[in-house]
Amino acid sequence: MMRPEEVQRILENAFPGDWVSVEDMTGTGDHFEIVVTSSVFRGKSLLEQHRVVQAALAGEMDSRIHAVKIKTRVP
Amino acid sequence: MPDPVMDRIEKEIKSHRVVLFVKGTPAAPQCGFSAATMDLFKKMKVDFHSVDIIAEPEIRATLPQVSKWPTFPQIFIDGNLVGGCDIVHEMYESGELQKLLHIA
Repeated sequence: MMRPEEVQRILENAFPGDWVSVEDMTGTGDHFEIVVTSSVFRGKSLLEQHRVVQAALAGEMDSRIHAVKIKTRVP
Repeated sequence: MPDPVMDRIEKEIKSHRVVLFVKGTPAAPQCGFSAATMDLFKKMKVDFHSVDIIAEPEIRATLPQVSKWPTFPQIFIDGNLVGGCDIVHEMYESGELQKLLHIA
């Protein structure tokens, strides 16, 4: 279980200066909806964009987070 | 060195045009994301082959290393990983998925 603020902080560290939004989808602290807007995604396929976000959360997935819904945007 | 699980995964991926590695079965999905993904392909009337990773823990353990994708469901089209539930839905909304499936 994690607080959405913790997930937000991990992502803000991974995407410094970029726009990050995290919502707790179920109120149980293990399903999050994540939106990241970053120029890092430019020129990458959706698959590659999601991999970048997954990599940032790799340490927490399964152990503390059950599932994430990811939305990536290029500014 | 031949690995039976890797061989099995490769065979599954190549066995059908659309292959979904999901939790549960089309009749009894065991996860909301897996259910939503199978529903999408049913809605498009696209035949798919599904592999229940709950019934096959070896595949569940090995596939993420092979596909470099950590979560399930995983959607393969024409032998290539397309992504997970969010990606296929986003691609459906944009029409890209239908193009990839040649049903646009």
